[in-house]
Amino acid sequence: MEALSALVAAEEAGAFDPEAKNIAAATNAGLAYGLAAIGPGIGIGYLVGKSVEAMARQPEAAGMVRTTMFLGIAFTEALALIGFVVFILVKFA
Amino acid sequence: MLAERGLVFPPINEILRWQDIFPSFNKVALIAVASALIGMALFALAARADAKKAPTGARNLAETTVEFIEEGIVMQTLGKQGLGWTPFLLSLFIFIFLCNIPGVIPILQMPATARMAIPLALSLLVWVLFIGTGLKHQGAKYFGHLLWPPGVPTPLKPLVGGIEFVSTIFITPFSLTVRLMANMMAGHILLVTFGLLTEALVTAETQQILLVPTSILPFFMLIFLTGFEILVAFLQAYIFTILAAVYFSNSTAGHGEEH
Repeated sequence: MEALSALVAAEEAGAFDPEAKNIAAATNAGLAYGLAAIGPGIGIGYLVGKSVEAMARQPEAAGMVRTTMFLGIAFTEALALIGFVVFILVKFA
Repeated sequence: MLAERGLVFPPINEILRWQDIFPSFNKVALIAVASALIGMALFALAARADAKKAPTGARNLAETTVEFIEEGIVMQTLGKQGLGWTPFLLSLFIFIFLCNIPGVIPILQMPATARMAIPLALSLLVWVLFIGTGLKHQGAKYFGHLLWPPGVPTPLKPLVGGIEFVSTIFITPFSLTVRLMANMMAGHILLVTFGLLTEALVTAETQQILLVPTSILPFFMLIFLTGFEILVAFLQAYIFTILAAVYFSNSTAGHGEEH
């Protein structure tokens, strides 16, 4: 909890001091993307595991399972990449 | 380029913004125009070949691509009656793929879809098209079907309506845009990072006996990432196109079943 209030204090100090602003921006940006990558990481791992299981159960359906797997990966990865956009916005703007 | 010792990552604008070649036309616009022209030239060349003989060269490539779109995208989502959508989906796929691939081509090295303009324009086009198609096929009842999918119990209708409204009007074009743009931008930044790291290690100013051999590691990562970026370029074009096809099939879904 003290770490969060330290981050907020650093962000406010950045209004007066550009070096502190850079430090706060870098820390917060890294935190933003790191947190954003947790969920999709778990989601994609689960999805690919299930599709490998499906392909092993019925090798004839492997093509259709593979196509649906790619579709699912693109959806979940989009969430992680929105976090990446937040990272770019916080760090460089 | 390296003014101090160690790795100096340039400011982000240096790898993402390009100078204008002539007013309001920079390298990104050049790549987009070139990829549109190359796509058109490829299919124009293919159309001149004889349709009755076995396909070779440009005709072979064009036929393979059309078959891929028909079998892999249109038949999976729209079914047989959706084959009329093939030219539009084909153009979308070819344009996005040819705009993505310059991320790995040596002198260009910038995916044109890494900036917001092209993905935003394409996803707004797809969005307007699928709402327009729904209105054309189902009339004013389309909004009813959009907000309340069949089988929603009446007490839940306000909640589901609100969720579906936000989802279709705001989240759909936003996620379509950001998925394409952020994938390409992230890949570009990764390639730049590993390239810079390799160069910084090879041209190290001290401790060369330790640092120069270590540069083989980011170099292998760079090779792997280049291959991965080719896969991502193809995959993102495919995902954009198949999602567009799914939205179109949702627009025309009521038409087939209720008429």
